[in-house]
Amino acid sequence: MALDDTKHSATETRLASMVVPDVGCTAEARQEALSRLRSMGLPHRRDEYWKFTRPDTLVQPEPPQAALFDDGEAPVFDSFDRLKIVFVDGLFNPDLSDDLTLEGVVIDRLEDVCCSTEHWAEDFYGTLEAAGQVPVERPLAALNTAYAGDGVTIRVTGRPSKPINLIYTHEATASDVFLHHVVRVEEGACATILENGPAAARFNNCMEVDVADGGTLHLVRAQGRDHERRAVTNLFARLGRESVFKCFTLTANGVLTRNECVVTLTGDDAVAHVAGAAMGDGDFHQDDTVFITHDAERCESRQVFKKVLSNGAVGVFQGKILVKAGAQKTDGYQISQSMLLDGDSEFLVKPELEIYADDVACSHGSTSGAIDEDALYYLRARGLPKDIATDLLTLAFVAEAVEEIEDDALREEINGQLATWLDWRKG
Amino acid sequence: MLEIKNLHVDLEDEDKSILKGVDLTVEAGKVHAIMGPNGSGKSTLSYVLSGRAGYEVTQGLATLDGVDLLALEPEERAAEGLFLAFQYPVEIPGVGNMTFLRTAVNAQRKARGQEEMSAADFLKEVREKAETLKIDADMLKRPVNVGFSGGEKQRNEILPMAMLAPKMCILDETDSGLDVDAMKLVAEGVNALRDEGRGFLVITHYQRLLDHIKPDVVHIMSEGRIIKSGGPELALEVEKNGYENLKAEVA
Repeated sequence: MALDDTKHSATETRLASMVVPDVGCTAEARQEALSRLRSMGLPHRRDEYWKFTRPDTLVQPEPPQAALFDDGEAPVFDSFDRLKIVFVDGLFNPDLSDDLTLEGVVIDRLEDVCCSTEHWAEDFYGTLEAAGQVPVERPLAALNTAYAGDGVTIRVTGRPSKPINLIYTHEATASDVFLHHVVRVEEGACATILENGPAAARFNNCMEVDVADGGTLHLVRAQGRDHERRAVTNLFARLGRESVFKCFTLTANGVLTRNECVVTLTGDDAVAHVAGAAMGDGDFHQDDTVFITHDAERCESRQVFKKVLSNGAVGVFQGKILVKAGAQKTDGYQISQSMLLDGDSEFLVKPELEIYADDVACSHGSTSGAIDEDALYYLRARGLPKDIATDLLTLAFVAEAVEEIEDDALREEINGQLATWLDWRKG
Repeated sequence: MLEIKNLHVDLEDEDKSILKGVDLTVEAGKVHAIMGPNGSGKSTLSYVLSGRAGYEVTQGLATLDGVDLLALEPEERAAEGLFLAFQYPVEIPGVGNMTFLRTAVNAQRKARGQEEMSAADFLKEVREKAETLKIDADMLKRPVNVGFSGGEKQRNEILPMAMLAPKMCILDETDSGLDVDAMKLVAEGVNALRDEGRGFLVITHYQRLLDHIKPDVVHIMSEGRIIKSGGPELALEVEKNGYENLKAEVA
């Protein structure tokens, strides 16, 4: 179908000033992504998939400015023993980064995916993104594949002794950054990847994750406390037999965040957990859009999303479980809940189940509510001041999502971030 | 210690009076019991004293050692030494029982200008007190009241009372839903806290709780007023003849 004129011209206006970078041997994949993008067009607010989140500022040629934010707090994961890979305004910074050698993992920069010598990631770059365009189009992800200026490829071959931390900082107030990472977890291998930092005034991040049979990947992301940043993340994961993929995302502040997550369970007995906690006060719009496809038997998927919203903040959840014919004994679970701390905040939800197998157990639920007054009174009657009692109930509300993080220390780190956010909000 | 004078209370959202002039004084070291039929206003009295929203005091006053309770927030009343054991303890998923207790103890200490209790001291004390109430480590770890049986919930109401050492304890139908053994255990917990510096107000439908927690004074409440006060024998009289008889007699 031909694009309508508005979409076509918006797309061409955006692309006019952009140059497809010459980074490693990804040229072919980039051109393919570009033609995918041209046939889809960039998202428009009339698109069904963008009904709840206006894509205008993500699509317009220049990003809106975003002031730098520094609250003096130590960055998240700072106390962890990890391998740091730092990008400043979208460019890898070798001085701030650690040496990229670590036993059990091979890390390269995207530019090292070179034609002259064979690189494993050559066959992956853009592949999962392309596959993830059906049945729902994700033009911003194709845009990323075409234009990403930097990124890393991570091949997990064993069990690295520490997590790999992708850190995104920004120094320019009008930076527009595209990063693209390719992750491959080999059979039976296991790793943890951490991501944090605002990256840019406008950030478009894409991560393609391929987990081979019996492999495990934990991904914990903290989208920082910057107020004015905008971010869209595109996560594509393909899971082999008996593999495990667990992802948790904390979003605190940010005027606009859209986290798209596309997971396909292709091997029997695979497990995918996708969870998130969002804390928004005031000018905050946060969108979790998740699509999980069960295409094998006895797989398990969980989606657990909690949002705490106040002073006009908006939370969005679009979550789908698609169970293909033959994906028998699927166990699918989806819950999305919001705590609205006042009458001005909004939670917009579209949970979906589409099931073509007859022997499955899938459930989904969504709720939106104020703080439990009975619980608040009970805590206060025992002497807890109202603000402490409210914080305790807020943390309790998001706990179900945070508990999806398997590692105790990482879970505590995220709880610490939540507590800091609550303190910050009180001023 | 606790003084209630001519207390009139309406429901905030409806044009309905619940308490119509309650007068009551509980002295330090004494146990007072309030008995009365359903709807007489017993639980409302406990809610109004502890500061639950939804009630409007139209007349009268309530003081604890001279401090005007009705002017304070619920947490300030607690810091003044008022404690309510709830008839229906609230389940709070996600908040650990121990976290809640420790936060409560330290919040009250802070409000009184005392230092926070160290984690080690707190743990030692809570374990001792939990043991006497037969509250095991698992119950302490679980979320507040979630999945607790009726008996467990009521024992779990007495534990904070023991930890917070309030001046004035109100027990709102603590016996509801308890079997005899559970009731004995709860009563033992309460009796262990009886002290000449501490007052108790025990609200109950039935005389049986008063077999275990022996009151000094028994009040009968009906239609928002205390219609008769007396010694422990009054509870027995109610048990034998019912409230209707008594109401007729007073009228």
